[in-house]
Amino acid sequence: MATPATTAAHAPGASEDTGLWSWLTTVDHKKIGILYLYTALFYLMVGGLEAALIRTQLAKPNLSVVSAETYNQLFTMHGTTMVFLVVMPLSAAFFNYLIPLQIGARDVAFPRLNAFSYWVYALGGLFITLPIFFGVAPNGGWFGYAPLSGPTYGSGFNMDFWVLGLQILGISSLAAAFNFITTIINLRAPGMTLMRMPMFTWMSFVVQFLVILAFPVITAALFFLQFDRFFGTNFYVVQAGGDPLLWQHLFWVFGHPEVYILILPAFGLVSEVLPTNSRKPLFGYNVMAYSGMMIGFLGFGVWAHHMFAVGLGPVADSIFSLSTMLIGLPTGVKIFNWIATMYGGSLRFPASMKFAIGLIAMFTIGGISGVMHSSPPSDLQQTDTYFVVAHFHYVLYGGAMMGIFSGIYHYFPKITGRLMNERLGTWHFWLNFIGLNLTFFPMHFSGMLGMPRRIYTYDAGQGWELFNLMSTGGTYLLIVAGLVFAYNFFVSRAKGAVAGSDPWGAPTLEWSIPSPPPDYNFAQIPEVTSRYPLWDLKTPDRTAGLEHSHGDAGAIAAAHAVPVHEETERRTAKELGIPMPVNTIKPFMVALGIIVMFSGLIVLHAGKFPLAMATMLGGGAFMVASLYAWLTSPLE
Amino acid sequence: MTTASAGAHEAHEHTHYTTTGLDNKKIAIWAFIGSECMLFGSLISTYLVYKGKSVVGPFPHDAWTSPAGQLFKPILNIPVTSASTFVLLMSSLFMVLALAAVENKGKPGYEGWQGSSKVWLAATALAGAVFLGFQAYEFTSFVHEGLTIRTNLFGTSFFTLTGFHGTHVAVGVLWLLSLLFIDIKRGLGPRDTINVDICALYWHFVDVVWIAIFTLVYLIK
Repeated sequence: MATPATTAAHAPGASEDTGLWSWLTTVDHKKIGILYLYTALFYLMVGGLEAALIRTQLAKPNLSVVSAETYNQLFTMHGTTMVFLVVMPLSAAFFNYLIPLQIGARDVAFPRLNAFSYWVYALGGLFITLPIFFGVAPNGGWFGYAPLSGPTYGSGFNMDFWVLGLQILGISSLAAAFNFITTIINLRAPGMTLMRMPMFTWMSFVVQFLVILAFPVITAALFFLQFDRFFGTNFYVVQAGGDPLLWQHLFWVFGHPEVYILILPAFGLVSEVLPTNSRKPLFGYNVMAYSGMMIGFLGFGVWAHHMFAVGLGPVADSIFSLSTMLIGLPTGVKIFNWIATMYGGSLRFPASMKFAIGLIAMFTIGGISGVMHSSPPSDLQQTDTYFVVAHFHYVLYGGAMMGIFSGIYHYFPKITGRLMNERLGTWHFWLNFIGLNLTFFPMHFSGMLGMPRRIYTYDAGQGWELFNLMSTGGTYLLIVAGLVFAYNFFVSRAKGAVAGSDPWGAPTLEWSIPSPPPDYNFAQIPEVTSRYPLWDLKTPDRTAGLEHSHGDAGAIAAAHAVPVHEETERRTAKELGIPMPVNTIKPFMVALGIIVMFSGLIVLHAGKFPLAMATMLGGGAFMVASLYAWLTSPLE
Repeated sequence: MTTASAGAHEAHEHTHYTTTGLDNKKIAIWAFIGSECMLFGSLISTYLVYKGKSVVGPFPHDAWTSPAGQLFKPILNIPVTSASTFVLLMSSLFMVLALAAVENKGKPGYEGWQGSSKVWLAATALAGAVFLGFQAYEFTSFVHEGLTIRTNLFGTSFFTLTGFHGTHVAVGVLWLLSLLFIDIKRGLGPRDTINVDICALYWHFVDVVWIAIFTLVYLIK
């Protein structure tokens, strides 16, 4: 065995097999997490390019960089890509990689289902993205409002890809959520009570419940739209008595919890980064967990604030206005708890910490403009203007993406065994911070001056020119920031300083094992006695005042649990006698069958009935056969 | 969890530690059922929101004369659907007996056909299939009477709601037949309880959804 310095990337215990086939067949939650990470970063590039084209078109009045039709496709795909193909999967990358490590498990509850989720996402992403190369990308907005997305006004193939693509991506999210709920409830190490879970796992836990309760609603709404488009039903057909508002209600009953699905994982990540780099326990842990639950719960009761302009009447407007203001409270609690975590701490500012503090500041700006929207009279002035665009980019880019960048800098050493370059990280942070404010802050003004969303160009003389030019310049700066990040990512991955198991002096279980972790994660399942097991071990004075338990896990019949310790030895699963799930291609095949089946409907729209039936039945049969093969073969 | 009859593979599988002591599958199926509640909640709400909003007939509970002078009777056939509902409810009873037979295989009181999991799995699947037969008959006769999924909002929301439920029953029947196939091939015993249990939970859920649909769509005017 060589020294750790030369084996960071290919250490024993980590999988030796790194060929293409090993990635297609892997069921290891860490490798699947890495697949999610790379795929989502690829789509981040795609979505970023779409944004760059949008902003180039809007840089000056009456430009014609792209046509109006192309512009519709670009803003639709920018929103759809960033929500479903970037932020959710980046969160999923962290769920996959971190949840089992943080709770002291060897894998997720259903490793093959996990692989299935990834492949449905990867193939579904292609399904919804590739049409842009043929000029038939979705063009009805990421919210797909009926009847614009219906068969009458959206008669092309464009929205077919959107409806079916979202349906496919929903399968992926739901399967993953069932998996993670089971994992968190059932695979926690002895002594890891719910109130000892790391805050990232807590926020992920809340998110999975949002997914399983919100996604079925859009599934139903999409089925209605699908039936309207393909089978001539009347769900959103006004002439038949149908009500397009049904779509808006169903979409936002999903859509508002969805924004918490996007932001809570980022909140979880910074809740790991801030205490570690303040060298102080998270302030108000219990309240942080409860406010996460509260956000999740209230998130289902605020959807109609997206619909104030519809005219729901004073009673409905008042109720949704109040519930929206109410949801600001648990969110504000989180902001203050993060600040209080830093207060009095021994602060350190690696790139991850800069991004975490950036999230607090930027999300607060987005949060405040959000509270402005909660008032219907104010919202009526702002709705459908760039002010709203400014608001949700502050929460989603300034919030979710900053949090995710923070998480990438923090966990990169765990995933790759090497540290990212801090100097480039600092450049990335400042370019990103200035770029995002330059892009999105002027949108508040162009919005207040009445610039509508989704227009492909505008006339001069309305006071919008300067603000638009600033936004476009900011976007280019964000692209430079992205390039710095990409360079740092790949160079550090190959040549970065070797990290060791715990480069940040962090408190939670994932840092007790080697970086990158061996296939089986923990050679011995740890027995946890507090929230910060590694600080108990290394800096006990930091956690002396917190609740601990001693030896109570005896009641838990755990066969091999041992007190938390740092694992440095690397041996293979076979040497340790740990049974590992075997790699299998079957989840990939089931996912492929699903995609083929859905593609049949596109063929149906093209009017080729026999071919459509053949595609659907063929894909369906392939899916069912692969599923039976999967279910009848043993896991290990 | 482990029993003397468990093979080496299964015995090993069961030594996996879980926090709650429950099998992972049990937790996953409950999460799945929670999710399905939201799906059927959306479908049922849509039906109710659109109730009485159809511009043209045929209608579920009222007669309708078309502009051309053709008379359409109220389309729902409550006696026939009551019969199919009864069959589906009975299938839940059969499912309980099947699970008990698997769980207690070989124990006193579980001898003969009354204690045979094969008999009760087959009975459950058969009852599900009969329910689907009733639904096929109902759908066909509605189409003959002039109501398709395109005719009006009632047709659209009715066929979608009951069609989704029927699809769930069909998946359940396939699941039951798969279990029956394994039972015939190698025999299901106590160590398979969890696999029959999750199927049973799904089946009962689908049954409960039908009670809601039958009440809200058929019985309430």
